[in-house]
Amino acid sequence: MLVAAFTWTEFAQQIAAGVRQGAVFAGLALALVIIYRSTRAINFAQGEMATFTTFICWSLMNNGLSFWAAFPIVLAIAFVGGIAIERTIIRPVENGPVITIVIVTLGLALLLNGLMSVIWGGGNRPFRGPFSTRTIDVGGVPISVQDIGIVVVSFVLVALLALFFRFTKLGLALRAAALNRESSELVGVRVGWMLAFGWGLAAVLGAVAGMMVAPILFLDPNMMQVILLYAFAAAVLGGLDSPIGAVVGGLLLGVGITLVGRYVGFVGDVLKLPVALLVILLVLVVKPNGLFGRVAVRRV
Amino acid sequence: MKLKFSLEVLGLVALAALIAVVPSFVSSFTAYELATVGMYFIALLGLSILTGYSGQISLGHGAFMAVGGYTTAVLTVNGVYGHHMRDVWTIPIAGVVAGVAGLFVGIPALRLSGLYLALVTFGIAVSFRQIPLKFDHFLGGTSGKLLGLLQTPFGLSASPNDWIYYLTWGIAFVLLVVAWLFVRGKPGRTLKAIRDSEIAAISSGISLARYKTLAFGLSAFYAGVAGSLYAIARAYMNPDVFPVVLSVYLVAALALGGVDSFVGLIIGAAAIYILQNRADDVTSWINRLPHVNLNAQRPGMPDVIFGAVLIVVLILLPTGVGGALRRLFGPLTTRLYSKS
Repeated sequence: MLVAAFTWTEFAQQIAAGVRQGAVFAGLALALVIIYRSTRAINFAQGEMATFTTFICWSLMNNGLSFWAAFPIVLAIAFVGGIAIERTIIRPVENGPVITIVIVTLGLALLLNGLMSVIWGGGNRPFRGPFSTRTIDVGGVPISVQDIGIVVVSFVLVALLALFFRFTKLGLALRAAALNRESSELVGVRVGWMLAFGWGLAAVLGAVAGMMVAPILFLDPNMMQVILLYAFAAAVLGGLDSPIGAVVGGLLLGVGITLVGRYVGFVGDVLKLPVALLVILLVLVVKPNGLFGRVAVRRV
Repeated sequence: MKLKFSLEVLGLVALAALIAVVPSFVSSFTAYELATVGMYFIALLGLSILTGYSGQISLGHGAFMAVGGYTTAVLTVNGVYGHHMRDVWTIPIAGVVAGVAGLFVGIPALRLSGLYLALVTFGIAVSFRQIPLKFDHFLGGTSGKLLGLLQTPFGLSASPNDWIYYLTWGIAFVLLVVAWLFVRGKPGRTLKAIRDSEIAAISSGISLARYKTLAFGLSAFYAGVAGSLYAIARAYMNPDVFPVVLSVYLVAALALGGVDSFVGLIIGAAAIYILQNRADDVTSWINRLPHVNLNAQRPGMPDVIFGAVLIVVLILLPTGVGGALRRLFGPLTTRLYSKS
């Protein structure tokens, strides 16, 4: 079923493109996992939150700031915004049924999506990214600077987060709050604020993912809708409660989907999304905890 | 209990009478608008059986509507062996095709609890539009399929708009009665038992697999019928006729109306209609407020309001408007029942 002549150079290029996509999926999947671990719900507004912050970046750049000057400002806004969202609209339904939390996040997605159209107008617009699209030669394979930049930025962020969770007291408190709520409360962790903090971190991850893909896609309010589905697939593949799983799942999915799209003629570009859906379905039916997730024990 | 039954029958008769007389009082265009509301109502009825009674969530009912719409489009435009079917007769077929699709989704859904089912069905909603793009020679791709213009068949004298109104609400009424009989009888009780505790239900000998898949299939059947009617009324079918956000609207409207309240669903259906088709009116209503001047060219505002209302309703009235009404009037009617 090969469509065109196969060359190793092109294969390597496809892998590179897959890794670049995978890095973005991984970032958004990690955001989903952080929220899932703290709130036990999936945030369907994650894509819209990411796009919203990317629009803020676009606005700042339109007002004369350079990308790297706008970058930290956007991350700060995302962090505060994420915390504010958790405190105001998620907290009241936190102990309700999962379906209620899901529908609240859907409401949030509608709200943010509409707000973007109201503030910045619908339609798509180009987004000038920080990296040039010219290619450089990496071991005989031409790879664009942009792809390398996206991967580096995403992974620096993931590494920083890993260090934060592993080596700081706050990180430990966050993990404790996610793992066992009651016990953490007893030893003095302010669990409510930890959950809010988790939402803040997730919003930051989403913002980075949004700003990284915007130069490749065009910026419009629905930009992340499709990416969100890939991020779901990545998170499910790695195991919904495993941060390492989200990163590995993102990369596997990014590379896998790129290769399948390129080399399986029937799938092509058009059927990549249904393939991602198939991944979700297969993982959930065959190995519901994903590659790295803990086996859930349900007490009756 | 007898009184409750008679009250519900009375309510249905009143609804039938209301459906019959409305077109004499409204313009032809309004009848067409109300027909569209009826289509969303049918889809919401199906979703209500699924979510309200069996406790499963679906974020993909827009896709089942699209399955119904495409079935009608293919049968009328492509035809079967050169025989182009009349659009009315394709409606039940569209329902069945969507229902079978629903059964297929229902089977893996058995292994998926609430959250995962939401994920999978959301995936269906987002990725379904790729199918007509892939099989574009058969399903028309982005440019879509033109169905015949809406017209009154069988030599009836009604205007096309009145015709689609009566057709839609006639079907809606029948399906409402079917849903009502379904949920007040044994299947409804069984589904409620499953919703409230799967483990207790299994222990009482209920076949979880049969009932949960049945609920999914029936619910998708409703969505397919609604989608078929929608395609007939629009006389056009392409991937954007049922956008991804429609699936979200449906779930949101269900939550807003109250998951197991059939009356609340009409309110929900009207909300979806306004969102999908009267967005600039909403903006101009808001502009009547003092010190507000929004640009009607920028869409979005209805979504902002809908999203905000949804969040506020879920926080303040977790059982939706329908549930709140029931709580408000509940004490009154329970007193009536106890007298009987």
